[in-house]
Amino acid sequence: MEFSFSEDQDELRRAARRFLEVASSEERVRAAMETEQGYDSATWAQLSEELAWTALTIPEEYGGLGMSYLDLHPLMEEMGRALLCSPFFSTICLGANALLLGGTDAQKELHLPGIAAGETTATLAYAEKNGLMDAAGVEATCSRSEAGYVLRGDKSYVLDGHTADLLIVAARDANSKGDQDVSLFLVPGDADGVKRTWLPTMDQTRRLASVELVDVLVAPDALLGEEGRGWELCERTLDLARIALAAEQVGASEMCLDMSVEYAKVRNQFGRPIGSFQAIKHKCADMLMMIESARSAAFYASALAGQGQLDLEEAASSAKAFCSDTFFHCAAENIQIHGGIGFTWEHAAHMYFKRAKASEALFGAPSFHRERVAKRMGL
Amino acid sequence: MELQLTEEEEAFRQEARAWLQQQLNGPFKDLQGRGASGDQDTYVEERIAWGKAMGAAGWNCIGWPKELGGRGCTIKEEAVFNEEYVRANGPGNVGHIGETLLGPTLIHFGSPEQQQRFLPPIVSCEEIWCQGYSEPGAGSDLANVQTKATLVGDEWIIEGQKIWTSGAQYSDWCFVLCRTDSEAPKHRGISYMLVPMQQDGIEVRPIKQMGGSAEFAEVFFDGAKAHKDHVVGGINNGWKVAMGTLAFERGASTLGQQYLFQKEFEQVVAVARRTGAAKDPVFRQRIADAGIGLKIMRVNALRMLEHEGADLNREALISKLYWSNWHRDLGKLAMDILGPEAELIVAAPYELTAMQKWYLFARADTIYAGSNQIQRNIIGERGLGLPKEPR
Repeated sequence: MEFSFSEDQDELRRAARRFLEVASSEERVRAAMETEQGYDSATWAQLSEELAWTALTIPEEYGGLGMSYLDLHPLMEEMGRALLCSPFFSTICLGANALLLGGTDAQKELHLPGIAAGETTATLAYAEKNGLMDAAGVEATCSRSEAGYVLRGDKSYVLDGHTADLLIVAARDANSKGDQDVSLFLVPGDADGVKRTWLPTMDQTRRLASVELVDVLVAPDALLGEEGRGWELCERTLDLARIALAAEQVGASEMCLDMSVEYAKVRNQFGRPIGSFQAIKHKCADMLMMIESARSAAFYASALAGQGQLDLEEAASSAKAFCSDTFFHCAAENIQIHGGIGFTWEHAAHMYFKRAKASEALFGAPSFHRERVAKRMGL
Repeated sequence: MELQLTEEEEAFRQEARAWLQQQLNGPFKDLQGRGASGDQDTYVEERIAWGKAMGAAGWNCIGWPKELGGRGCTIKEEAVFNEEYVRANGPGNVGHIGETLLGPTLIHFGSPEQQQRFLPPIVSCEEIWCQGYSEPGAGSDLANVQTKATLVGDEWIIEGQKIWTSGAQYSDWCFVLCRTDSEAPKHRGISYMLVPMQQDGIEVRPIKQMGGSAEFAEVFFDGAKAHKDHVVGGINNGWKVAMGTLAFERGASTLGQQYLFQKEFEQVVAVARRTGAAKDPVFRQRIADAGIGLKIMRVNALRMLEHEGADLNREALISKLYWSNWHRDLGKLAMDILGPEAELIVAAPYELTAMQKWYLFARADTIYAGSNQIQRNIIGERGLGLPKEPR
């Protein structure tokens, strides 16, 4: 394994930053925050159609560019840095990954070209109101019928669930329990019996929704992966999503540090810049230490995923735990370093602070992931 | 998770491994694992003999240019060698101050005469060096050194005191920061002087540490003498030379150090299994956290090593602060997991277990070679460009 980004990856990062500085400026982010959809359609079209970001990790035979998961890493960092409001994460890191891991050729052919082109958005509806991060949390049911399957139940905390064109829904055999008998189904967002509701959130830069399934009938070929083995597929998809989220957290943390450093250089108190005081300087130094370490954790996980390693549990959980702690710490310190202005609605610090908390909880909090690592260590 | 090695580098690893295995399972068997941190005042004579054997076989100062007695190894090869050294349980290196601090300083700032006189005995481990920097009134504020050197005829006459001098008890030479112009601003009146330790004007008093061992000492200079030509980098230019010394630390020791940390971590996990702490949800969190931290330290190091050639990169800047905090926390975790048993030492008067030794010694990790506070200043000022504090 190489332990540095390639020249191409560095170039992708620079290009992404140039684009997002305009397309995801603070003003544009605030505008998207105000909408129910949660993102700007024109920007989405630009980054998927013109920049082909949605095609990046999709194999060439399905209309993509066939690049590796590590190639995605610098892009995720930049999206995090700019707090990009977009269905990219749900569509690529959840939807496309689940299809790539579990889809039949026919399913991939049906959905991936649309995703690559930015015409189809997708998401994974695995969680429910109980908020559990394991298979026990899946209470929605699926039952076989002559025409296929009937899905019933209430999914919640679904990323972009109210706008996604394609929902990948986790449901279990009625009367089953535990890890077994959970299956994943491809459900069109506008299918009969699907009722979707936006759930307004404290972090306004990312959208959550509930998805009610009232006797939703899907065809037999809507089954994604093996029947009854859906939780495993879900976990593997989530691990890929956790890695991408960790990279996003690194980029966002670094933005918090940059904001702090810039302010500490120009804000004068007691006749000199506050950054000359150790109380401020040392906070910034600790942030840098955490950020570079978080980058190592996320980079390593991305690189493993990029090599096609299937078991990413330990690397993904390590990265998600460490990067979550790092982002929250940096976002909180950024407010503290800015003083009063950092506490206002007008300043961007709160947007990062709120995103940090939301990202920390998304796909399992740090304690969940450390326990997972402990198990992998044989404890 | 390994460094990517070329065929030649891999062959180098095998050569080093074979030699170390042969020596440390043969003539130097008794030295395995001796003289590590917290234990550096033991087996000194034997470790000097080991250093000479290393030198004779060409394994000292491998990163130095060939014409100066080294092997011209890249930082990657150095890192590989250090990793093999720790893997083979090699003893604490008595010559490391000469090899890693003075040698590179002479190579960069020394006159050809100084290089010819002092470098070969470092390579052969014939002369052991110690570092005379800190003083009672000059710790983090190093530029405040008061030890004074006055030129009298062909000799410098030195008066003053150094402290925290590691290995002063058995060193042959000391590089000493002396004030040579008391009128000049404090950074501009310092000289970097090479002083023989075996002379009447020097008294060494070992300092007993909290772990009971005495790895460093106070050094008193009372009319001690140094040769007129043994000032490195020019008179009153010592601050620049001393700061240069710091920049020569290339991080080659990181992989070896991490191998050591890995072993300590595994010991902690083994204890957790024995005591039942491994079933406790709070300890499980802390152990996983330490394990994650160690893996990250390794990726940090591999990223730093692949950054070869660049000036101080960010991974290198954070290295000391990161590992010292991690190691200190691991020591506390170890004692917490041991519970009441942690209190029981091996025997009176004060013989400690290995774990107790590194637990206590780790408290020094965040202080020596630039305390955490100094590290944060360096990260803030050099890494982030924050303004210097008022001095």
